[in-house]
Amino acid sequence: MNFKTVAKACVVSLLVSGPTWALAQNQINMAKGVTEVGAQIYGLHMLIFWICAVIGVAVFAVMFYSIIYHRKSRGVTPAQFHDSTQVEIIWTIIPFLILIGMAVPATSTLLEVYNTDDAEIDILITGYQWKWKYEYLDEQGDNVAFFSNLATSQEEIYNTDAKGANYLLSVDEPMVIPVDTKVRFLVTANDVIHSWWVPELAVKRDAIPGFINEAWTKVPTEGVYRGQCTELCGAYHGFMPIEVHAVSREEYDAWLAAKRSEKVAQTAAAQQALGFEELMASGEAVYRAQCSACHGAQGEGGVGNAIAGSAIALGEVAKHLEVGIKGVAGTAMQAFGGQLSDVDMAAVITYQRNAFGNNTGDIVQPADVVNHKQG
Amino acid sequence: MGAHHGPAKGMSRWLLTTNHKDIGTMYLWFSFAMFILGGAFAMVIRAELFQPGMQLVEPGFFNQMTTLHGLVMVFGAIMPSFVGLANWMIPMMIGAPDMALPRMNNWSFWILPPSFLMLASTLFMEGGAPAFGWTFYAPLSTTYAPPSVTFFIFAIHILGVSSIMGSINIIATVMNMRAPGMSYMKMPLFVWTWLITAFLLVAVMPVLAGAVTMMLMDIHFGTSFFSAAGGGDPVLFQHVFWFFGHPEVYIIILPAFGVVSQIIPAFSRKPLFGYASMVYATASIALLSFIVWAHHMYTVGMPVAGELFFMYATMLIAVPTGVKVFNWITTMWRGALSFETPMLFCLGFLVLFTLGGFTGLMLSIAPADFQYHDTYFVVAHFHYVMVAGAVFSMTAAVYYWIPKWTGRMYSESMGRIHFWVSFIGFNIAFFPQHFVGLAGMPRRIPDYSLQFADFNMMSSIGAFIYGASQLLFLYNVIVTIVAGEKVGEDKIWDGAEGLEWTVPCPAPYHTFEVPPKIDAVSAHA
Repeated sequence: MNFKTVAKACVVSLLVSGPTWALAQNQINMAKGVTEVGAQIYGLHMLIFWICAVIGVAVFAVMFYSIIYHRKSRGVTPAQFHDSTQVEIIWTIIPFLILIGMAVPATSTLLEVYNTDDAEIDILITGYQWKWKYEYLDEQGDNVAFFSNLATSQEEIYNTDAKGANYLLSVDEPMVIPVDTKVRFLVTANDVIHSWWVPELAVKRDAIPGFINEAWTKVPTEGVYRGQCTELCGAYHGFMPIEVHAVSREEYDAWLAAKRSEKVAQTAAAQQALGFEELMASGEAVYRAQCSACHGAQGEGGVGNAIAGSAIALGEVAKHLEVGIKGVAGTAMQAFGGQLSDVDMAAVITYQRNAFGNNTGDIVQPADVVNHKQG
Repeated sequence: MGAHHGPAKGMSRWLLTTNHKDIGTMYLWFSFAMFILGGAFAMVIRAELFQPGMQLVEPGFFNQMTTLHGLVMVFGAIMPSFVGLANWMIPMMIGAPDMALPRMNNWSFWILPPSFLMLASTLFMEGGAPAFGWTFYAPLSTTYAPPSVTFFIFAIHILGVSSIMGSINIIATVMNMRAPGMSYMKMPLFVWTWLITAFLLVAVMPVLAGAVTMMLMDIHFGTSFFSAAGGGDPVLFQHVFWFFGHPEVYIIILPAFGVVSQIIPAFSRKPLFGYASMVYATASIALLSFIVWAHHMYTVGMPVAGELFFMYATMLIAVPTGVKVFNWITTMWRGALSFETPMLFCLGFLVLFTLGGFTGLMLSIAPADFQYHDTYFVVAHFHYVMVAGAVFSMTAAVYYWIPKWTGRMYSESMGRIHFWVSFIGFNIAFFPQHFVGLAGMPRRIPDYSLQFADFNMMSSIGAFIYGASQLLFLYNVIVTIVAGEKVGEDKIWDGAEGLEWTVPCPAPYHTFEVPPKIDAVSAHA
């Protein structure tokens, strides 16, 4: 298979012109980009590629001519020339002129990338170890915020389940944006530096804790666009993908409205007591999304401590809540109080206290979480 | 004490030596050991990336491997190998009896092994080895670092001291110890490139020391240089690091340019074309290296004016680099070429380094870099310039000068096999990385989505081939030393020029105790 792929890559790169390069499986060129800026960047990339290719062919042609015709075994007598100021000046100036030719389109594209004016929608993107938080900023302060976690299961990653089509590239809750609308991204991070990249949108911006970077996009076609974190951000750097759904304006408005009512419902739910089964079921879902990467699918531990049989999960509820809500300073255990809803926090604490043979029988209600947060 | 006394016996010869040849030999062996160690880390990386899914190591350990691979290769393998070469060759090339500061020379070597021992020992510490990449960006390397980071900082300090001492020694030697008549513009190009490199090292190693000291303060003494919460800035770290880091990559490549500029004329049987322009091009590259650092940081959110400045400055580097490539090719033009192993590695260098230069030019274009940055395209780029650039030329240097060092000839057929296996393995390993990078695979990830699977498997196979070829290199060198055919003449290569070919093979323990006469006509090699 490998030699076939090598051969295919060679043949394709030699014979086929740029625009038809993209292969579904073994793509060998940059994504063309669905946005205007993406297309410009792709054009720039191909322009410079071809300039390099032409120079490369010329330079290597001269070199291989020498290798073939100026070899000692042909009995040639070596020339002894070794200097020419004229030639040196020529091959200093010509490359310089070529560079100016590259710099002009590069500059105009760069200015376009930096033009974040007149955006209709602002989305605050915050990088966390190892997930993204998207917050849709609202002028009235009615923001919608949610976390976007890796949807690929630990079983797929550790090869016990078959890997799905979007292995490592799908999330539980994607970012949703309307098409034909200029969307501005405000990019920052909560802990270490991350970088938010979606190749087909040609947007890559570092997410730096304490600083806010800007980027923008305007997607003309509906679709799902995927990307990944591109700045090393710790152990699970490879496991925090990005999924952007570009939808029609109507669909977007409906989605946002649904998100708002979900928020209201959550606040209401936090007032109610839930049944054990219900808490365990949603607790398991939360555990798989938020906890299992570090604490193990069966609570056996990993980067984080084991949950099964742990002193915290078997000890006082208040201490357990404290760790879940505030995290453990100086370790990878983050403060989840601001990341999970009170209902989800109650569910996952209940789940941890009753799963993996921890059978404490404790039920933690959303109200307990609220009370704990209020001290 | 006679003028021609030989080396001391036993371990004390090596521990206490102030002889440039002994110290050069130790540097070369040490760097090769580090090359094998760093290579072993690379093999772990490529084995894990052989297939999608996690198979062999955990993600955290994978990051330790990428970090240590980079650190060991840059600071342990490539840099010391060229210092070793400088130790061996610079005195012999300029007609000096030894380095100017021989005792410091001993010290600058002997602090290296403990420093790397300490760095390697972090693998066995609680919390593991540094796992934040060889570029160690804060705050991943400060607030979020494993406890072993303190040992890492100490190791960096020590090897920085070693580099600075080595550089001072080279500067002092070249400036003061040239044989009468050896003017600057008659020096072999290898000496020139090293002189310029030494100035770069003296300029930037203290900056690296500053960066790690600020890290140390942030970690242990409550400062906030790199933490926004205390009024600092994580991006400051990147500016300081790359102010060191960009000159650093030229520190690695300039001596390689010097080696190639010695070897190509020798096997073309024709003087180097454009000697003076080579010197000026090297100096221009060195100067430009100080004003391009932020091209490693196009995506951090610099103001557009800064972005444009660094883009234009970076593009300019293509000019002097192009001049060098054109000069080498013109040197070959109408020469009488032969293709012994050193020449093969130089030609491999020329082709692959030029490809790496092209991808470098592509990366300099800021808007396009938004798509390339931190992907495998960058990984492919810097392995083309670091491995096919620096390592290939270093290998060429070993084959070229080993008869002078040992008095014995390597096996030409084995050398050629080594070249072809390296060349093919290297390209299978790194060429597909351009493709996966462009297609969107980020660097430093332990697992990847399925569309990258085929090229990654190919890349791993190539890496195993390239790795194995280095064992062949080791075999070739050992066989040469113990059983190589003895060479009779001083000048082994008929086209070679330079003072090193006027001393016997093997080079005696002391050379040029009486300065040689520099022929007024015979300029540089």
